[in-house]
Amino acid sequence: MTNSIDEISGADFILAIGTNTTEAHPIISLKIKKAQRQGATLVVVDPRRTELAERADQHMQLKPGSDIALLNALAQVIIAEDLWDKDFVAGRTEDFAAFKEVVAQYPPELAEQITGLPADMIREVARGYARACKATILYTMGVTQHICGTHNVLAVANLAMLCGQIGKESSGVNPLRGQNNVQGACDMGALPGVFTGYQAVTAADQRAKFAGAWRVAELPGRPGLTVGEMFDKAGTGEVRGMYIMGENPVLSDPDSNHVVHALEKLDFLVVQDIFLTETAALGDVILPAASFAEKDGTFSNTERRVQRVRKAIDPVGSAWADWQIICTIATAMGYPMQYATASDIFDEMAALTPSYGGISYARLEQGGIQWPCPHTGHPGTAYLHKDNFSRGPGKFNPVVYVPPAELPDAGYPLLLSTGRRYFHYHTGTMTRRTGALEVHYGTEYLEINQADAAALGITDGDIAQVSSRRGLVKVEARISKVVPQGLVFTSFHFPEVAINKLTNPAQDMVSKIPELKVCAVKVEKAC
Amino acid sequence: MAEITLSINNVNITVPQGTTVLEAAGQAGVFIPTFCHDPELTNFGACRMCVVEIEGLRSLSASCVTNATEGMVVHTDSPAVQEARKTILELLLANHPLDCLTCGRSGDCRLQDYAYLYGVKTGSFEGERHSYPLEDDNPFIVRDLNKCILCGKCVRACAEIQGNSILDFAYRGFDVKVAPAMDVSLKASDCVFCGNCVAMCPVGALQEKGLRSAAPTWEVRKVKTTCPYCGTGCSFELNVKGNKVVGVTSCDGDVNGRTLCVKGRFGYGFIHHPDRLTTPLIKKNGVFKEASWEEAIKLVAQKLGRIKAKHSSDALAVLSSARCTNEENYLLQKFTRAVLGTNNIDHCARL
Repeated sequence: MTNSIDEISGADFILAIGTNTTEAHPIISLKIKKAQRQGATLVVVDPRRTELAERADQHMQLKPGSDIALLNALAQVIIAEDLWDKDFVAGRTEDFAAFKEVVAQYPPELAEQITGLPADMIREVARGYARACKATILYTMGVTQHICGTHNVLAVANLAMLCGQIGKESSGVNPLRGQNNVQGACDMGALPGVFTGYQAVTAADQRAKFAGAWRVAELPGRPGLTVGEMFDKAGTGEVRGMYIMGENPVLSDPDSNHVVHALEKLDFLVVQDIFLTETAALGDVILPAASFAEKDGTFSNTERRVQRVRKAIDPVGSAWADWQIICTIATAMGYPMQYATASDIFDEMAALTPSYGGISYARLEQGGIQWPCPHTGHPGTAYLHKDNFSRGPGKFNPVVYVPPAELPDAGYPLLLSTGRRYFHYHTGTMTRRTGALEVHYGTEYLEINQADAAALGITDGDIAQVSSRRGLVKVEARISKVVPQGLVFTSFHFPEVAINKLTNPAQDMVSKIPELKVCAVKVEKAC
Repeated sequence: MAEITLSINNVNITVPQGTTVLEAAGQAGVFIPTFCHDPELTNFGACRMCVVEIEGLRSLSASCVTNATEGMVVHTDSPAVQEARKTILELLLANHPLDCLTCGRSGDCRLQDYAYLYGVKTGSFEGERHSYPLEDDNPFIVRDLNKCILCGKCVRACAEIQGNSILDFAYRGFDVKVAPAMDVSLKASDCVFCGNCVAMCPVGALQEKGLRSAAPTWEVRKVKTTCPYCGTGCSFELNVKGNKVVGVTSCDGDVNGRTLCVKGRFGYGFIHHPDRLTTPLIKKNGVFKEASWEEAIKLVAQKLGRIKAKHSSDALAVLSSARCTNEENYLLQKFTRAVLGTNNIDHCARL
């Protein structure tokens, strides 16, 4: 997030795109509701009529995957009606001319054909966003999990720069991240191309810095494989061994059957987890890890706030904290790795990571700190890009609309989208074992529009067989006004409804994110 | 902003105009008991527990809804104030089940605290008593309306913080109770079980089902930590008895204040679930067998080392975790790059 969570309540215009905030980020939705109580305008862009959409001043129920057409049309209106922030564009950005030329090709009438949204609605929202004092854009996977996910984000950034709605309090571009420490895992360099703090592995000076600190002769300089590529290469035998810590790709990744085949083909798979997940079941060795309650550490949240995780109890059974397991394996492989406390690890990391450089456990006792925090006297950074962008001037990257990789056709006439439910989390490994959440919400269902259900002879409570070119699941159908005709939706929380057997692994070329929000399916009444 | 000076218990204090007497007292370090007031909610002025004596005024004033004015002379603990508060407590206790011996909120209850403070043992009034059935048909929250003092904090928390307005006052007079629309149970309503009403309840009317049946409040140790679910980063306190997490309660989080969602507040049961892996396992002939740590670590080191030697570093790949700590992610990428010698490390950031 460029801004802080609390700043959302200070915005006077909120454009929420592809975020089911009340279910996936309930506490952030409280800030949106607060802003609304204080008079803010809420516009929700979502193919589904979610609770947030119900609460919105304007629900832009667009066709899945048509975001760029909408975002470009918003920019087109803003330029055509002379509502853009000329000072900001002149002083803080570059390549505006190229952007202007591309978005000029997206008048609202064209966008109406692509998105299904009335041209006048697009004009009204464009004016509202451009004229607001503090407009903020919130988005999640509804924007990113498309083959054009990166371009969707660029279109969002273009719009914010065009209106100068970034780099100030309560106004910016705010992806709401879905996992407790997904921000931290990225910050820590658990990515194929970067060390901590996004320092590139391709840069010789960075490699030399880390090699020196880690006391090794050299470090590999070629970026590694992304998740999807790992499974592809495991399938072809190029990857022989995998070490998986606290992830369950068999349920979470697209085209599950492909993932299972790839993992089965490995010579060796070690899985470190707190439960025997669907992924762990395929392992050769399973290492029992401590849960968050059983260890010290830090998480970094979606607003870049580093906060303490504190050990409350000893690990259950003979589980170990993940960091202790890693240290022991490294040592057994001839690389002595020893730390007395989690704090010592943090200090080593912070010394190598400029954005975390001023943070320490001692400071975190006083409360969380938002990076960048370059030195010990620095208070942390509530919002980014105040005076300039990381690269200097903000670059307009014009993008064009491309349709999703797989659209409904005669054989697979409906469109499937997936996401989360309020009462559950990710692959359900934890939330289905709480003695409470799964008692209240024990089975998953498929949202289907009444018109589609009627055409298929499906009534509420029937078991539907949903299939795509990649797999099939059976799931209870629930007739719902949340989804429009032509769209069905369910979550990926339940192994009984392993919906990722169906989803399309087609990826965004840049970020390698799979297009989990759109695939073509066939729904039938199960016998 | 204009400032005014008033006297509280014979000490002068200057506060911005618009400050309530209760807030001014707080700034002066003077304690005033309250049931229905909360700084995050609108002022309600219902319970009258916060009454104070203001010179020149005929009757006692509820300090939470009385603005301080220039030259105001306030007494927060005069005999008249004490008498009024005792009477309020006696009235509340006249219709309160005095089952503090087994109440899950005993030790964490304002009614109990103030009864102790003012020496009120039982209600001095006799009369009709409520006898509502206990509502415990959901796995999260127990509602015992017999213990409700009608402070309305739950109503305001649901409307003003959660924004859902599930609860409101229903009926009239003695029959007034807090209820969802049509007086159905929470389970039958649109309640999302965030429990933010429970966190506000000053008595035992709303209780966390698991926590309050697991341990008396004084046996519980609280450890502040960060929620393991979504990326919002809410703070809460793990409630620990012995070596067992028995519940979650709100604390003052940087991000969330006292609010939590159903997963954060009630989703802790996985920690002690019998399915937890408690020992290393090694697959032999397709079946997992329990193993010692020494055995498992040795095997992992050997196998990874062998693949690296026989094929190449890039024949190894590592998935780190968005669920683990920064320290662990740092170490795993260090291990992958420095020990395995590959950049094949990623995690589920895209999912």
